[in-house]
Amino acid sequence: MTACTREEWMTIAASRLLWDGCVCFVGIGLPSAACNLARLTHAPEIVLIYESGTLGTHPDVLPLSIGDGELARTAACVVPLPEIFSYYLQAGRVDVGFLGAAQIDRYGNLNSTVIGSYDAPHARLPGAGGAPEIAAHARQTFVMLKASPRSFVTSLDFRTTAGYLQGSGARARSGALGRGPCSVITDFGMLAPHPQTQELQLCALFCGVHVEEARAAVGWPLTLADHVGIIDAPEARELEILRDLHARTRAAHAQPVALPL
Amino acid sequence: MSARFLTLADAIAEHVHDGACVALEGFTHLIPFAAGHEIIRQRRHDLHLVRMTPDLIYDQMIGMGCARKLTFSWGGNPGVGSLHRLRDAVEQRWPAPLQLDEHSHAGMAAAYCAGAARLPFGVLRGYLDTDLPAHNPGIRSVQCPYTGETLAAVPAINPDVTILHAQCADRQGNVALHGIVGAAREAALAAKTLVVTVEELVENLAPAMNAILLPHWIVSAVAHCPGGAYPSYAQGHYERDNAFYLHWDAIARDRASFLAWMDAHVLRSVDHRDFLGGLLEDAA
Repeated sequence: MTACTREEWMTIAASRLLWDGCVCFVGIGLPSAACNLARLTHAPEIVLIYESGTLGTHPDVLPLSIGDGELARTAACVVPLPEIFSYYLQAGRVDVGFLGAAQIDRYGNLNSTVIGSYDAPHARLPGAGGAPEIAAHARQTFVMLKASPRSFVTSLDFRTTAGYLQGSGARARSGALGRGPCSVITDFGMLAPHPQTQELQLCALFCGVHVEEARAAVGWPLTLADHVGIIDAPEARELEILRDLHARTRAAHAQPVALPL
Repeated sequence: MSARFLTLADAIAEHVHDGACVALEGFTHLIPFAAGHEIIRQRRHDLHLVRMTPDLIYDQMIGMGCARKLTFSWGGNPGVGSLHRLRDAVEQRWPAPLQLDEHSHAGMAAAYCAGAARLPFGVLRGYLDTDLPAHNPGIRSVQCPYTGETLAAVPAINPDVTILHAQCADRQGNVALHGIVGAAREAALAAKTLVVTVEELVENLAPAMNAILLPHWIVSAVAHCPGGAYPSYAQGHYERDNAFYLHWDAIARDRASFLAWMDAHVLRSVDHRDFLGGLLEDAA
């Protein structure tokens, strides 16, 4: 086994879930790394869409923002933002949407708006962005989020984005077109919804991680799926390509930008 | 009516008034920083600011007391973290309380599209089972007259003034922009008044088949302002200064360091060229 960080393992585990040709609505951070890793390894024909309007982009380095010039320069085309949301996402032309959040509950509902009350928040977070509609319209969503009892909570402070609502078919009755959060990739392994109740259960652990670690990191009483799989450690090639990507990104972002004077 | 060529200071003085609803658009790319700084220099206040992603420019304007209300859909420093001045205004009401009109990107895009078409509201399949409508009375629902389906409705956004930064304008005041355009076109067409800063003035623009061109008769004022999007960027001219966005986190985290930076760089500079010159001296 090659030594790696949990963040690298999360990224690699998420990239393995993506298939060649899949149309993917990408978010900044870990999802962007995972999607580009998939493109550079087993899924060269993956179609990456960033909400800034870049369709079919092939960035050589990871963008810091959702709208870096690198994404536009390497895209098949760049379209106005309203088109991305209405003609592509809402029209059902996205296979996988990636989401992150500050809080997730046991039914995969997400909060990225406030900690505390809305009107007098303890911490004001960035807010919804594209998430509510990505969650509704992408055929399925993957959530990437490090686990702690503060982030995997029994009750959200604010529901920014609907997952399975109260579970037991509530989402299917709500009229949302997409299937919802099918995988939650976290830093001990993965959770997936129970087929009937849609409660998120432990479905896979990183090789060598114990179930107690998962239970301690989750704020609700975590149940186990009928079969808890093992997620293989990163292969040398996966790690090498991911680390090269990060190294290229660091070098590019460290390049001083000439002031436009 | 043809576009008028003004200095940026004159364009802001003439078109941006206290209390107005103002949208400085540009999704990560082509953010009109120079115009935002000029609004700060001219001490405009009580503005209703509209932007999908407030970004550093609204962090600065909010922290300097320009705003009473913010319409937005994602308020972070992209790839970095919080907008500390926006947070301080919401959490501690500093320097003034800030009323929020909060949306999702899809909702705000629909609101701009409706505004551009002069329709009263935008419609989308959105906000489904989220807490946003409970905190924003503008987000409502409407029934499809054909199928009975319930859809989300958002009120049209029609800013008093939209301000954009673009790559190019010609002698008539036609404005061309390319690269990531976000909802710039919709925000421009939704506005009562459109002010544009540009990197470059040219004699004539090439015919713009399928490109984004804002025709001179919807443009109120053009100001030539090279570098006017910095530290955002202008595709084909200069890159986004990602290091500045990272550095802003430390500047804006603290009220005193924020005010000192704004005073030294924005208030004490006479225009955008002077502002950029100051940053160059800092770097030397």
